[in-house]
Amino acid sequence: MSKYKMHLLVCGGTGCHSSESYRLYETLRDQVEKRGLERDVQVILTGCFGFCEKGAILKVMPDNTFYTQVKPSDAEEILDEHIIKGRRVHRLLYTNPETEEHVPDSKQMDFYRKQLRIALRNCGAVDPENIDESIARDAYQALGKALTEYTPAETVDLIKRSGLRGRGGAGFPTGLKWEIAARNGADQKYVVCNADEGDPGAFMDRSILEGDPHSVLEAMAICGYCTGASKGLVYIRAEYPLAIKRLKIAIGQAREYGLLGEHILGTDFSFDVTLRYGAGAFVCGEETALIHSMEGKRGEPSNKPPFPAQSGYLGKPSNVNNVETFANIPVIILKGAEWFSAIGTGRSKGTKVFALAGKINNVGLIEVPMGITLREIIYEIGGGIKNGKKFKAVQTGGPSGGCLTEKHLDTPIDYESLTAAGSMMGSGGMIVLDEDDCMVSVAKFYLGFIVEESCGKCAPCRIGNKRLHEALTRITEGKGEADDIDRLRNLGTVIKDTSLCGLGQTSPNPVLSTLDNFMDEYREHVHDRKCRSGQCRGLLFYVISKDDCIGCMACRRVCPTHAISGEKKGVHVIDQHICIKCGACMEKCQFDAISLRNDYPRATAAAAVQEESSTHS
Amino acid sequence: MNGIKTLADLKRKQEEVMSRMGQRNRGENPESLVQVKVAMATCGIASGAKEVMEYFMDELDRKEIDAVVTQTGCMGYCFAEPTVEITLPGREAIVFGYVDIRKAGEIIERYIGEGELLDGIIPQNYNTI
Repeated sequence: MSKYKMHLLVCGGTGCHSSESYRLYETLRDQVEKRGLERDVQVILTGCFGFCEKGAILKVMPDNTFYTQVKPSDAEEILDEHIIKGRRVHRLLYTNPETEEHVPDSKQMDFYRKQLRIALRNCGAVDPENIDESIARDAYQALGKALTEYTPAETVDLIKRSGLRGRGGAGFPTGLKWEIAARNGADQKYVVCNADEGDPGAFMDRSILEGDPHSVLEAMAICGYCTGASKGLVYIRAEYPLAIKRLKIAIGQAREYGLLGEHILGTDFSFDVTLRYGAGAFVCGEETALIHSMEGKRGEPSNKPPFPAQSGYLGKPSNVNNVETFANIPVIILKGAEWFSAIGTGRSKGTKVFALAGKINNVGLIEVPMGITLREIIYEIGGGIKNGKKFKAVQTGGPSGGCLTEKHLDTPIDYESLTAAGSMMGSGGMIVLDEDDCMVSVAKFYLGFIVEESCGKCAPCRIGNKRLHEALTRITEGKGEADDIDRLRNLGTVIKDTSLCGLGQTSPNPVLSTLDNFMDEYREHVHDRKCRSGQCRGLLFYVISKDDCIGCMACRRVCPTHAISGEKKGVHVIDQHICIKCGACMEKCQFDAISLRNDYPRATAAAAVQEESSTHS
Repeated sequence: MNGIKTLADLKRKQEEVMSRMGQRNRGENPESLVQVKVAMATCGIASGAKEVMEYFMDELDRKEIDAVVTQTGCMGYCFAEPTVEITLPGREAIVFGYVDIRKAGEIIERYIGEGELLDGIIPQNYNTI
């Protein structure tokens, strides 16, 4: 069999897909064929490389060349120069933003240097639509090892000793979960993969399914062997079309090879996987709601107990794990529990995938060992804050999480310390905020999401969150009342204590953690009517500068509410009570005399509002 | 596609695919492996570098030596083409000139295999920045 001398790996993740990586792949393949190199050069579409900031990504192996922002029109040059003549195309190489030097080798990139890719081990390294490539990288070897060398109980014990905990958010020990499911006897049991990834900004589950579907299928089979289940179900949202397509292909190929189905690898163990589609509701990430949705019922959570391990899908014992959790399993079995538990901190073992987003230079998907600090993630892997701005906070854990601030920069990241800091691991969204972000608005954004996504079954979550959102909206519009801050804290605590499921129990976290860390900003909004970052339009004022206004009357004519007064050739003034902040005057002014300010008539405006409210009462 | 009925089948399948994809996977840890760089500019190709590269790949594979074979641009020793740069783990890179298939065999056998220095080394007369 002939060997390929060079491999062109084109990122086929959703991010790069929208940067036309699919056309790049086709063009490269055509060009390779045109030159008669198809026996020497292999072109494949892979899963996500994680460096989504600079898609489309093309990696050339074996020389580890990392090209960024490659367009289909670059294909010809890459082939002529790099593939045939061996000269790298310098203009497409990744450029280090600090030194402005080209980095030819991806191993030298800061983005990859601190990462440890376990769950993402095959993303960007194999063609997810070809099972052979996954097999070459150990796919199904762990299943074979478990089936032939270990009993189910021994396998569960191995997972327990590894210290692996659920990567979906709550961090329940995976081995223990399997043990409970195994203990419950029944004629039929189920393994469920939770691929209902709903946190705004998180996309690690999608990337794993798109880049390495076999790792998840294999782990589900292993889980089936351990718990005594013969059926696996992947609950995936219908809005992940590419992940669904690749999963379907992977299931088809695994069945064809006999790696799913009856008597796997000549043993008595049989296991098969089917897909169930969700409509994309955040609450369906909660396991009881997920199971109800799979049964065709409303996606609403129910009380625990009974736990799914006792009575889950169709009333049968079911084990629900998250995609990323599953992706860790095969490696743990092949390399051993000790290898895995040596990575990470005291009670948080292994690695965690984070989706880095927001005001950061290297937006993308990263996998880091537990215990790494926020500083390392933001300033080394992430390449620092965009445009050299000042770091303010990082929001972790999505709508269930909270904000970490500068004082947490050196806290090691693991389940316990994140919870102690008032946030949570969550599924791993990490949104970086800089000095231009208003923390009250951030809290309002997440509460808005919760109000949309609350299923409405229990009152604290349905009504309470709505009230929280209303109070936050008031505050950001400059209509905050003096006791709004206390009300937010009281109501938030009640919702946390009384909601039915995990969604409601964590939904006030964005408010509570911003109250803890950014009380100053809340006070400023309510008492001083000021938004220091200038994000809240309701707290901004259009102001005409006395020095620059020449009294041309242009702004006065354009103002739709006649808020501007002033004589010709005299200084004009905006009446803040009438101004609706449309900005028409600023646009019209030819002399840059009108500016948008967040501190101008602070005292005057506050006094005016008070005066107004006292006359009303 | 044939079914995979036993673990041994799976291992066989893995080996079969591995040999095709070997260069890709090895490229991830080049520092710990033997690196062979064949100069494949116009001058190199005209002097037979393509065949030499092919020979390196097949022969190293046959001898089960884990190596990364890559092509590179002109190294500047056009008088001595084909030229090949060999980096053994933890050692300085060494450039050999006039590498035909016979010489390539000798390099694999004696330098890569035994670590002995051979004739035909081109002294490095430049520094890289």
